[in-house]
Amino acid sequence: MPEQYPDATGHYGDFGGRYVPETLMQALIDLEAAYTTLKDDAKFQKELNDLLRDYAGRPTPLFLAQRLSKAVGGKARVYLKREDLCHTGAHKINNTLGQALLARWLGKHRVIAETGAGQHGVATATTAALLDLRCDVYMGDEDIERQELNVFRMKLLGARVIPVSSGTKTLKDATNEALRDWMANVDDTHYIIGSVVGPHPFPMIVRDLQAVIGRETREQILEKEGRLPDYLIACVGGGSNAIGLFHPFYHDREVKFYGVEAAGFGLHTGKHGASIIQGEVGVFHGSKSYVLQTDDGQIKPAHSISAGLDYPGVGPEHCFYNSTGRATYVGITDSEALEGCKLLCQTEGIIPALETAHAIVYLQKIGPEMTDGLIVVINLSGRGDKDVYTIAEHVGHDL
Amino acid sequence: MNRIDELFTRKRRKGQRSLIIYLTAGYPSMEMSETLINVLTDAGLDMLELGVPFSDPIADGPTIQKSSAHSLEQGTTLKKILDMVPRIRQRTQMPIVLFSAFNPLLKYGLETLVKQAADIGIDGFIAPDLPPEEAGEFMQLCQAKNLKLVFLIAPTTSEARKHLIADKSTGFIYYVSTKGVTGARDQLSRDLQAQLRQITTYTDMPVAVGFGISKPEHVKMVVSFADAVVVGSALINVIEQHANRHDLPTEVRRFIEWLQVPLRK
Repeated sequence: MPEQYPDATGHYGDFGGRYVPETLMQALIDLEAAYTTLKDDAKFQKELNDLLRDYAGRPTPLFLAQRLSKAVGGKARVYLKREDLCHTGAHKINNTLGQALLARWLGKHRVIAETGAGQHGVATATTAALLDLRCDVYMGDEDIERQELNVFRMKLLGARVIPVSSGTKTLKDATNEALRDWMANVDDTHYIIGSVVGPHPFPMIVRDLQAVIGRETREQILEKEGRLPDYLIACVGGGSNAIGLFHPFYHDREVKFYGVEAAGFGLHTGKHGASIIQGEVGVFHGSKSYVLQTDDGQIKPAHSISAGLDYPGVGPEHCFYNSTGRATYVGITDSEALEGCKLLCQTEGIIPALETAHAIVYLQKIGPEMTDGLIVVINLSGRGDKDVYTIAEHVGHDL
Repeated sequence: MNRIDELFTRKRRKGQRSLIIYLTAGYPSMEMSETLINVLTDAGLDMLELGVPFSDPIADGPTIQKSSAHSLEQGTTLKKILDMVPRIRQRTQMPIVLFSAFNPLLKYGLETLVKQAADIGIDGFIAPDLPPEEAGEFMQLCQAKNLKLVFLIAPTTSEARKHLIADKSTGFIYYVSTKGVTGARDQLSRDLQAQLRQITTYTDMPVAVGFGISKPEHVKMVVSFADAVVVGSALINVIEQHANRHDLPTEVRRFIEWLQVPLRK
């Protein structure tokens, strides 16, 4: 029988678990019990699968990027898993649809979420509108300023955007505030966490909901190539799109996983979001994982050009993959990511999210290792429309 | 005997209740913290929860968040806090509990921390984001040094978990009076008394009630059915109001004496 993670107590090896104030413990235990039942409930699964197909637009295509393949050496065949074609423009909707449905089955009429760039906030607001749930999204003051358009989108979708002015006024603080809200309103509220982070069972639930990416990829690549891919590459902030792609291949040891973290201004500068490469084991936002922290155990602010990778923690399952060597984690800087973005725009006519661009450009780094006939799948986790202002600013173009 | 056990044994024998104060260490400065702790000691405080500031305190409301952020800006570290304890210890035998998010403790090194804490006269720990399920190693280390590891029960805690927590907690049980974060509140929950009565049906362990307690009426109500009451944010508010004034120690003394009124029989 294959090994199963997380274990019965919500741990992935030394990582994960449930480190929360007692007020939330019962809600997490109840959520785990409800999810365990619903996971195998045919009616729930049918409702979710129907929505994924008819509303979110699944399955997403697996596209052979021929010009990109050529541009990075021509030996490998590079496929793109087109999560950017999902409704709302990223993989985030896979999670929010499942969790919003879960909230409804739990009898909770209100959902809350944290958001950095606003992608998860928009995806949550979208599904809340669809399923008639009240929705409040916590967002740091800094991010509200940087992501005006997504703030407006959420409001247009009927959500309330609650500004967070504590701490660094970014994603980590929005997450703190969402957890505090949940503590006070746990009876009627479900917290739709946006990544494979947080206390058990969240990393497991979000992984299971995102694993549709990897399951489809497996089927599609077998159909196109008749064999499994050699490399899977995905960007890692909290890590949900990467786990979604990797997890269904966990037991296929010949398939190598590469997680690409944000090296920001450079790993040596201390201004980055590379929690696995540079962080140390800690307890943050409810689970044990690698955390960017000071010698005194205070959480350090992260930095990345892409708001979705701008987070000082990372999902416990990635920490586990790293510690066991199942996956390799690498860093890509802000400026390299911008190059990756241009590369995909100009070879394939696809504007990727800056998060995703980190994964794209990593192709160039493994270039020399690529042998003839190598099959690579990159998770094209989101589209880049949200980032055009940031990109324009960096290339010195005034919009 | 651990000072916490000694306190509650003595108080119960005399039919008395205890006041516990939470103070964010390093707020408004490390020097002033030490002064204020001495003021509290002189006023006859029963127990001190010495708060270690954390960058991301999820169980805390705005008051303690602000005091923590301010303290960290002043350069407060766990090491500096531990360095202060022997000086406090010279003046008082009141129990001192270190109250901290788990991460700073973990980063310091649990084994080193527990050994050092025992040496300098800390009596126990409260880590509000560390439930008993994750506390195995820390519990063993504390037990070996006769330090207490206090767990919390919340209004949302199920019957089964209450038994678990009552079983694992040492020194006392911290009962969280309200859903939500720390912070002074006008009104306490109506079913507080019923909740506490229920806990005392299956444990003899002392119970301290915290979160939201801000005035003598609350203290009076709580100590009518609990061994101790914890006040935190309400005192931090007083410190904030008088932070840069010479009368800060006097105001703190006045506030604590005001809270102590219902405890004097």
